[in-house]
Amino acid sequence: MFGNEIREQFPILKQRVNDKPLIYLDSAATAHKPLAVINAVDDFYRNYNSNIHRGSHALALRATDAYEAAREKVRKFINARHDSEIVFNRGASSGINFVAQSYGMANVNEGDEILISLMEHHSNIIPWQQLAKKRGAVLKYLPLYPDGTIKLADVREMVTDRTKIVAITHISNVLGTINPVKEIVEIAHQKGAVVLIDGAQGAPHKRVDVQNINCDFYIISGHKMGGPTGIGAVYGKKQLLDNMEPIEFGGEMMGTVGLYDSTWKDAPLKFETGTMPIAGAIGLGAMIDFLEEIGMDKVEAHENELVNYALGRFANFPGLTIYGPLTNRSSLISFNLEGVHPHDIATVLDLAGIAIRAGEHCAEPLTRFLQVPATARASFYIYNTREEIDILYSELEKTKEYFGNVFA
Amino acid sequence: MSSLDDLYRKVIMDHYQSPRNRGQLPDADATIQLKNPSCGDQIQLQLKIEDGHIRDAKYDGEGCSISMASASMMTEAIIGKQVDEALDLANRFSKMMVGEDVDTTGFEDIEALQGVCKFPARIKCATLSWKAMEKGICERCDYDLECGCHKHPLTDAETDDGAISEVKIADSATE
Repeated sequence: MFGNEIREQFPILKQRVNDKPLIYLDSAATAHKPLAVINAVDDFYRNYNSNIHRGSHALALRATDAYEAAREKVRKFINARHDSEIVFNRGASSGINFVAQSYGMANVNEGDEILISLMEHHSNIIPWQQLAKKRGAVLKYLPLYPDGTIKLADVREMVTDRTKIVAITHISNVLGTINPVKEIVEIAHQKGAVVLIDGAQGAPHKRVDVQNINCDFYIISGHKMGGPTGIGAVYGKKQLLDNMEPIEFGGEMMGTVGLYDSTWKDAPLKFETGTMPIAGAIGLGAMIDFLEEIGMDKVEAHENELVNYALGRFANFPGLTIYGPLTNRSSLISFNLEGVHPHDIATVLDLAGIAIRAGEHCAEPLTRFLQVPATARASFYIYNTREEIDILYSELEKTKEYFGNVFA
Repeated sequence: MSSLDDLYRKVIMDHYQSPRNRGQLPDADATIQLKNPSCGDQIQLQLKIEDGHIRDAKYDGEGCSISMASASMMTEAIIGKQVDEALDLANRFSKMMVGEDVDTTGFEDIEALQGVCKFPARIKCATLSWKAMEKGICERCDYDLECGCHKHPLTDAETDDGAISEVKIADSATE
C-alpha cells in the first residue's frame, strides 16, 4: 500500500465536503489530477502557449516538441512500436467513434459481423450500432455469465468468417472484470477480424503492452488516468492507420490543398484535424510520467490490495449484493443494498463526504442483464486508502440503519 | 443526520413504501413514459382526462425513494382536479424545487418535498413524474407549451433535463 506520499500530490483531496474530509470513490468516472499534471498545464499556458506544427517561432517549436514528447510518452507507456501509431483525440468515446467511422465504414460490408459484449460501456456499443445500421452489418453480443465474465468458448463460437471487428473492453467499468484480451485477439485474428480494446478502465490501472496483446486498436482516455479532460489517444497498428481515411477534414491534417481535391499528411497527423487539445496532451504526458515514476506494477498492487480488502470487508455485510467476479478483477465494486435505492445511498454518503456513483454507469444493457434498475459504485485509485473503505463501510451501516428506521 | 431528515421526511418514506395510485390504467387517454438516462429512473404515467378534468391517474416505474414518492403524491394531488389546476400545481412545484417561496395551497403531502431543493442532484428525481404529467396533459389536450396560455415552469426552469420521453395518446384523444 502507498503511504501518504502519493495522496499528498492531489490537492483536491485536501478539502472537506459537507463538513467531512472528502473521500473520493468515483475515479472510474474521472480521476483526480496530481500537482505534476496541474503544473504541466499551467506551465504550458503560462510560458509557451502556442499552436503546434505550424509556427516557426520559438514558442511554437517548444509547444510542438512538448506535444510530440507526450505522444512518445503514450507510445512507451503502452509499448507501441512507433510514435506514428498514437493518434491524439478528445477521449475514449471519440477514439472508438473514429475507428468505427474510419476503419469500420471502409471495411465492414453488408452481412458482415461486428462482435461486442454485453458488458460494454455505451461508448463501445452505440458507434457499432450506427456502423451496423449504415453498412447493413450484424451486431452480435458475447453473452455474460452470472459471475460477470465472458467465456472464450463463446468467442470461439461467435467469431466467424464474416466477423470484421471484435470490440471489447479491457476492464468493465461496472463489474471490474478483467477480460482475457490477448486470447480474444488470438481467436479473432485466426478468422481475420481486427480487435479493438476499450482501455478507458484498463490503461489507468494495469500495465498495458499492445504488442503483447497484439490488438489492432487500443483506446485510451486521458482523464480517467488522472490527465486533463478532453484528451485521449488511439493506438492503431501502423499498416491499419496508414490505410485509413480521416473522418474530419480541415486545418493541419492536409498535405496540399487544390481547388477540388486535397491530399493528407501521414498518420497520425492526418487524423488530428484543427487545433488539438495541446495542453491536454502535455498534461497526459505528465500523468504518464507520474505513473511511470510510481511504477504500474505498484499501482496495480496497491489497487488489488484495496479491492480485495473491500471485497473481504463487504462480503458479510447484511443485505449487500456485490456484482462481478470475486477474483481477477479491477479496483471497483458495484453493489446494491437491500431496501435502499442507489441514489438514496449516494445522497446519504455524499452528506458524509463520500463521493460514489449511482445509476447505470453508461452501461444500460449490462444493468438490464443484472436485473436491477441501477447500482451504486465505489471505484478506487492510487490515492485511496483502507481507512476510506472502513469509513465507507461504517457509513453504509448507518445508511441501512437510517432507512430501516424511517421505514419503521 | 439532521439534514438527511430534511430530505427524507416521514411522509415521503410513507409514499415510497405504500405508494398511492401505482399500477395500470386500462382506459387511459394518455400514457407517458419518461426516463432520466443519466440515472436510470423511469416512470410510466397514465391519465384519464374528461371534460377538462383529470378523472384518474396511475403510475408505475423504477426509481429512488424521491422519484417514486413524488409520483405517488403527484397522482394523489391531481385526481379530480381541472387540467389547469394540475398545471398550476406543476408550476408551483417546479418553483419550489428551485428554492422559491411558493403558495402551497393544495400541496398537502407534496410540501414534504420542499427539502429536495437543498439536494441539487435529486431535483430531477422529484420532477420526473411532474414532467410526465405536463407532457401527458399537453399532448392529450393539445396545449402548446410555447403558446403562453399556460405556464410551464418545468420546462423553463429545467430545460436541460435530458429526459427521454414517449407519449402514447389513445385514439379517443384525437376526437
